[in-house]
Amino acid sequence: MTAAPAVEAVELVKHFGETRAVDGVSFVVPAGTVLGLLGPNGAGKTTLVRMLTTLSVPTGGTGRVAGYDILREPTQVRRSMGLTGQAATVDEILTGRENLKLIGSLYGLPKSYVREATERLFDRFDLTEAADRMAKTYSGGMRRRLDLAVSLLAAPPILFLDEPTTGLDPQSRSGLWTVLRELVDEGTTLVLTTQYLEEADHLADEIVVVDHGKVIAAGTPTQLKDQAGQASVVVTLTNAADLDDAARLMRSHSPEVHVERGSRRLTARAAGLGDMTRIAAVFESSGIELDDLGLARPSLDDVFLHLTGHRAEAEAAGGTTEQTPEGVTP
Amino acid sequence: MTAVRTPVLSPVTRPPISPPSLLRASTAIVWRNLLHIRRMPEMLLDVTVQSVMFVLLFAYVFGGAIAVEGSNYREFLLPGIMVQTMVFSSAIVAMGLTNDLQKGFVDRFKSLPVPRSAVLVGRSISSLIHSSIGVVVMGLTGLLIGWRIRNGVVDGVLGFLLLLLFGFALIWLGIWVGSLMRTVEAVQGFMFTVMFPLTFVANTFAPTETMPAWLRTIAEWNPVSAVTQACRELWGNGPPAGPDAAWPLQNAVVASVAWSLIFMAVFAPLAVSAFRRRSRD
Repeated sequence: MTAAPAVEAVELVKHFGETRAVDGVSFVVPAGTVLGLLGPNGAGKTTLVRMLTTLSVPTGGTGRVAGYDILREPTQVRRSMGLTGQAATVDEILTGRENLKLIGSLYGLPKSYVREATERLFDRFDLTEAADRMAKTYSGGMRRRLDLAVSLLAAPPILFLDEPTTGLDPQSRSGLWTVLRELVDEGTTLVLTTQYLEEADHLADEIVVVDHGKVIAAGTPTQLKDQAGQASVVVTLTNAADLDDAARLMRSHSPEVHVERGSRRLTARAAGLGDMTRIAAVFESSGIELDDLGLARPSLDDVFLHLTGHRAEAEAAGGTTEQTPEGVTP
Repeated sequence: MTAVRTPVLSPVTRPPISPPSLLRASTAIVWRNLLHIRRMPEMLLDVTVQSVMFVLLFAYVFGGAIAVEGSNYREFLLPGIMVQTMVFSSAIVAMGLTNDLQKGFVDRFKSLPVPRSAVLVGRSISSLIHSSIGVVVMGLTGLLIGWRIRNGVVDGVLGFLLLLLFGFALIWLGIWVGSLMRTVEAVQGFMFTVMFPLTFVANTFAPTETMPAWLRTIAEWNPVSAVTQACRELWGNGPPAGPDAAWPLQNAVVASVAWSLIFMAVFAPLAVSAFRRRSRD
């Protein structure tokens, strides 16, 4: 891989009439990493992906995919990436195998390669038995896997996924996550949009939070969590009898300690890992038996509501109130 | 998933991608559209069973009451019904295109390194094949009930070529409508509202001479009438238009070609720009 970023958005803007669906979004995705575009319904995530994949022409700004400009070199962009859209865009009347054959001839791939790749992808995605059935007989999860197989046929180094797991049951979702992680291990760069904080947390190296067409926060999952609030050290004792002693010990290291008697759990505000190791050392020498000790960070849910909450208020002041972040919780 | 994990992308190097020419891409799309017809033969009902029913209905039910000077009614009828079938190919292309836009097939297609016009070319060709199947079925039905081509091979072929040209011209109307409308149901409603007067207020099923003067003028300037008259003359299925008929019927072959070129000149630019606009967002 070269040092050049795999995907870049440069001040991308898209207006639909009066609506500013995307309002000046920039980000950079280094090769081999996963970018999660996180936001509620209508935040502009799909429009961003459609612009970067050359399906939609930006009103302003530009982007680069594999170093190619989306406006000036769209054909090169299309050769360098795969796209799995929000609605699985497989042809329902064709069989799974025929779907890959069609896409293979549209890429101009050699027939022998398409045959080999079809076997490999179907084997990998558990579709071999269904290969010769019409795609309309497939379940939701199978359709997504077929859609992904179609997108991967030409082995693109960059893959865009628009809400890849929306509407899937938990089992299909975790199956898809496994496949996506393996793709990343093999060197593929992923750009995925999601409404699920858990998904972004799980898959993404870097998260860009989008709301009302603008980037409202960006960073690693950890950085975002740090932004929202402080971490805390959580200690679970083996014996409830030790609770008071333990609380006294922790108070000597942290100004704020919260005690939950029922679950034998103590929570102390902490600045980071340093505080945790110090508290661990204190317990080590005190002889109090512990079930568990760890650092807890605020969830991305907290982060997201925190961020969009602010924004909604700002907008209400400006007089254009609408759209609270619904659909944030999966 | 499988116990032993095979890599998702086993060849580390990418396969050779050679973006296909417009012809190859269109061929692939025609292949896909024809597979749809094979999987859902009921898609052909409109040009087969329905058309045969029209032939039988008009030949045996209404035909006895329609007097045609200098020809028998069944011979007179067949060219009319064939033109009607070609006109319906514009509705077929519109419904197919709207469906592809709606289901995301066009999006998938646009993400590939393929000439984008291939969607339109492929659609047009498969719709022409679709309508041609109807024309063949009707020709065979016609042969069974006594219709014949009486003027030799060259004129016979020329008649079919005119039919295809007219069908191709109308396909642009279909692409335009298909790009503008959001659902297949809307397309269906709109196209049939347009198609029925277009094919009935004409000389397709009955001679125009007996119509009220104002209606007769409309019917004789209807492009469908010119093409029907041209086929009748080329195939020897009816007399030339009378001296009081409008110009397009007096010069049916020339008028048919002219109407087809006018349709293309008007609707092709509208269709291409509507499709482009639709596929920019």
